[in-house]
Amino acid sequence: MMKYLEKIGDDFFYYLDQAGRMGIFLFHCLLGILKPPYKLGPTIRQIHFIGARSLFVILFTGAFTGMVLALQGYYALRKVGSEGFLGSAVGLSLIRELGPVLTALMVVGRAGSAICAEIGIMRNSEQIDALECMAIDPHKYLMAPKFIAGIISLPLLTFVFDVIGIFGGYLVGVGMFGVNEGAYFQGMYSSVEWRDIHMGIVKSLVFGLLIIWIAASKGYFLHFERSGGFGAEGVSRTTTNAVVLSSVTILVWNYLITAILL
Amino acid sequence: MEEIGKETGKEGGKPIIELIDVVKSFKQQKVLDRVSLTIREGTTMVIVGGSGQGKSVLLKHMLGLLKPDQGKVLVFGRDLARVSKGELKDVRKEYGVLFQNVALFDSMTVFDNVALPLRERTKLGENEIRAQVEEKLSMMDLEGTGEKYPAQLSGGMKKRVGLARALILNPRIVFFDEPTTGLDVSRSNEIYRLFYKTQTRLKYTAVIVSHDVPKIFKLADYVALVADGKIQECLTPEDFQLSENPAIKSFVKETMGPIYSSEEEEMGFYEADQR
Ligand SMILES: Nc1ncnc2c1ncn2[C@@H]1O[C@H](COP(=O)(O)OP(=O)(O)O)[C@@H](O)[C@H]1O
Ligand SMILES: [Mg+2]
Repeated sequence: MMKYLEKIGDDFFYYLDQAGRMGIFLFHCLLGILKPPYKLGPTIRQIHFIGARSLFVILFTGAFTGMVLALQGYYALRKVGSEGFLGSAVGLSLIRELGPVLTALMVVGRAGSAICAEIGIMRNSEQIDALECMAIDPHKYLMAPKFIAGIISLPLLTFVFDVIGIFGGYLVGVGMFGVNEGAYFQGMYSSVEWRDIHMGIVKSLVFGLLIIWIAASKGYFLHFERSGGFGAEGVSRTTTNAVVLSSVTILVWNYLITAILL
Repeated sequence: MEEIGKETGKEGGKPIIELIDVVKSFKQQKVLDRVSLTIREGTTMVIVGGSGQGKSVLLKHMLGLLKPDQGKVLVFGRDLARVSKGELKDVRKEYGVLFQNVALFDSMTVFDNVALPLRERTKLGENEIRAQVEEKLSMMDLEGTGEKYPAQLSGGMKKRVGLARALILNPRIVFFDEPTTGLDVSRSNEIYRLFYKTQTRLKYTAVIVSHDVPKIFKLADYVALVADGKIQECLTPEDFQLSENPAIKSFVKETMGPIYSSEEEEMGFYEADQR
């Protein structure tokens, strides 16, 4: 019994410690973004890596998500005889929920894991210590471009996802099931309001920050990992943890933002 | 020694690094137990000691990478355990570091590695950077390796790239953590030769952690032995070798063993030096 309580206490302080570290880390990274000099090159490289290189996956997943939404939506709506609402159903679900969430999850898998592993290896091989000893702030040099790139890329990717998804829904709904083309877009146009789009943008911005924050700080604090952040195995284990943690955090925040903004 | 004009036990300038009663533990293990050490400007301090005795930990305190549990680490009179992030950065602007595992940025070319401090810390244009990097690379006999990646280099070459990177901004203090461990005799002689050459030219204070006894004695002004969490003694190399301190005697015996002083290795050590 005492043992059990002790373990809970240990866990509590471990996670409190970790949360505190991550908070301070984020603070320094945001400071790093604000502090001059501003260098465009590294940021553009990161946008290329996080954003542009994710484009293909996003196009693919976006299209199929829109298609399956139309498929499901059509069967559900037909039962109540209101196929005309297909456009608004597809549009709203994409813009408010599925677009931001699925885009974020894809980016976690592609870029989040890569960032965590990259930073983790740099920590393991003392490259981060080397940077510090050269009086180069790793928060500014390494992290700031990634944060900026994440915050810029996510809304853009989400936008692409939504547009492609709506088009995929159009293909299935209008092309396959013969829903009236005008009704599909008119329904969407009249039901999607500015605040829906606003919600999508807020979500994608928050997710962009969260993905980079969790991935980068997990890698950066590899040496504090309780499960042992040593060697190749430490990096792979921590990367897995970071991916799981990011995915869960995204779903939780998705709920919170919806609840707050609705 | 005479032919290279190196005098040991040089007085040096004012104290540039002072460790005062530094205590450091990891969990239960006390690695440093009231360590005190003074390093004067312009001198070469060699820190020796068995494996796992805390030499790297000691060095990391001087670098501000670890904070002491107790005691002070004064660099330029400022206590690294208490300075702000900005002040620590100012202190580190005077540093050059060659890590035990070199810690080159493995996803950058050799050229970019050496250029990084110039790019991030100065406002020099790309042409000037290129000129300076190429000068340092050729000083280290690394012409033509600029486009290679660290993984494509041999151990000795990596160390030389690390040295070029450490020296690119003409630091006041240069730290070496086991610069020759894992290298064969001629490769390590090469490193020592470059060290001697660059120190003569750039006049930096050097802190060298090394196992390479007795060769390293030729470069040292002072030798400090770390054992059992303490600095056992800090002496000139001559006094160190003659010391009656049991800790030193057992260390010297252990490391040098019977092969101490192979003559041909001592000769011609700095042959290729003057260029
Ligand atoms: N970050 C750390 N966490 C826990 N123990 C450490 C850490 N760094 C060093 N140690 C321990 O401190 C002791 C001294 O290590 P080190 O200074 O690397 O030895 P060396 O003299 O060979 O350089 C070793 O027993 C090592 O296990
Ligand atoms: Mg060591």
